[in-house]
Amino acid sequence: MIDGQACNQWGVPILTTHITILSPTAILGYGFPEASFQEGLSRRPNAIAVDAGSTDPGPYYLGAGQSFTNRDAVKRDLAPIIAAGLHLSIPVLIGTAGGAGAATHLRWCLDIVQEVLCQANRSARVARIAADQSADDIIKALTDGRISPLGPVEPLTEKDINDSTCIVAQMGVEPVIEALNQRPDIIVAGRCYDPAVFAAVPIKAGYPEALAFHMGKILECAAIAAVPGSGADCMLGTLDHEGFVLEALNPDRRCTVASVAAHTLYEKSDPRYLPGPGGVLDLTSCRFEQIDQRRVRVMGTQLIPSEHYTVKLEGAKPIGFRTIALAGIRAPDLIPQLDQVLEDVRKIVFQNFESIDETEVSVMFHCYGRDAVMGKLEPLRHLVPHEIGLVIEVVAETQELADTICSFARSTLLHFGYPGRQSTAGNLAFPYSPSDISHGVVYEFSLYHLMDVDDPVSLFPVTVSLMGLE
Amino acid sequence: MLSDLATVVRSKNAGPFELTFDVLFSDPSDYQRVIRSGQLSVQSFASLYGIALDDVLSVIEFEPALAIKITIKRMRSSGALGESDVYGAQQHAPLLQLEIP
Repeated sequence: MIDGQACNQWGVPILTTHITILSPTAILGYGFPEASFQEGLSRRPNAIAVDAGSTDPGPYYLGAGQSFTNRDAVKRDLAPIIAAGLHLSIPVLIGTAGGAGAATHLRWCLDIVQEVLCQANRSARVARIAADQSADDIIKALTDGRISPLGPVEPLTEKDINDSTCIVAQMGVEPVIEALNQRPDIIVAGRCYDPAVFAAVPIKAGYPEALAFHMGKILECAAIAAVPGSGADCMLGTLDHEGFVLEALNPDRRCTVASVAAHTLYEKSDPRYLPGPGGVLDLTSCRFEQIDQRRVRVMGTQLIPSEHYTVKLEGAKPIGFRTIALAGIRAPDLIPQLDQVLEDVRKIVFQNFESIDETEVSVMFHCYGRDAVMGKLEPLRHLVPHEIGLVIEVVAETQELADTICSFARSTLLHFGYPGRQSTAGNLAFPYSPSDISHGVVYEFSLYHLMDVDDPVSLFPVTVSLMGLE
Repeated sequence: MLSDLATVVRSKNAGPFELTFDVLFSDPSDYQRVIRSGQLSVQSFASLYGIALDDVLSVIEFEPALAIKITIKRMRSSGALGESDVYGAQQHAPLLQLEIP
């Protein structure tokens, strides 16, 4: 308390009855309508926050240090966001920069921020928060027994750690608040618990953590929680001490109890308990209330603090190089015996290259039109289609070897003489010349584990610098 | 069939190692009917997808959203060798055909 005034845990007096956060888009680079964004700005938000990442596009982007979003699309989104933040003197927070939030992704995003600032003739104080973890530190944590699998994941090995090109930890809200304490105009965070950039400003101002995180959970997907849903439109969240209100800023969209409650399920394994760094959001006594046609109020969310503070680790490792060939099959005498033909082709490939065995090179045939989408989960595999889209996929230790094996498998299948063959000129319809595509390095997730930490901040160093015009 | 009663039937990754299915209803009576039928269970889901009972991690009813959620172990981690659906977004079709008495 300062002179009878309620204070938050950082000693900042709590002066306001509510706090408003603007979420422009579900992923930085997915875009948003100008009118929705302007409507959001007219509500005088206290911060603009945006999530820039996901593991959904697979392990490649983390492993290779690439963004899954397009640079020009990210720049298009960042220009109005940064301009608005500077104009209104409110912080702009970007979580999981560059898609996967490792050092290369952070640099990529900061480079775009620099370009936007320079083109707007502006400068800004930019805080960056790193999320990369060194293999040595992770090995030490493993040795100390501080790492456990997250869900149905194999226990971690030292080899997995050493094979990984990139390991990040998912920061909670604490490092983001640490960055906010340095009063930057823009925060560019590495790998980040998605709600953290939305919850940081409210939590720093003394609002209930459970509600701030729950609001962040929904805002991080912007208008996906509205009807009709969209990942490319703005959402506004207004938090007070008892609950929060969600509003889609496009008049063509509405938040309904059903749309907001349903969003709680999205990409989660259990909608009642949502684990995050430091605690679990408990939605079992959560209430959703339709306050008018377009707005929903949420109350009753609880936060169960964890016994030990844990952060999620993510890593990816290279497993080889891929080459693919695409072809169609229409021959009615071939399709019913395709499995046998593909098996024979595979045998010929490995007989022809005797020095290579099947543990070193993977040759896979994906039969679209039959079971390529669901694989072993496909219940209709027995149906014989009239046409097959075939992907020949080879993964090998080098690109040259993958190219060689794919080429040989393709030519062998093209001219393979199966029983009863009438179309003796060729078995495959190629849509392209060249038929084979060298696809580069293949990655796999190597870490998806929890790590106990003593200090939620020290793993995520904050640096502040002046960017843009000198 | 489930597709006649549910408004949303979808699949998606829940992290790179799990696949989760959401069945959402707009009418509480349809939601209750499916739950009462007992047709959406660990056993029925395992047999529908031809997977082991242990691979079905949970079947959860979530009344606030009139939803039933089924989470299974992914066949392989997202994007690993042999992957067929990186986002896991096209694994829901067999569920549409589930018979509900």
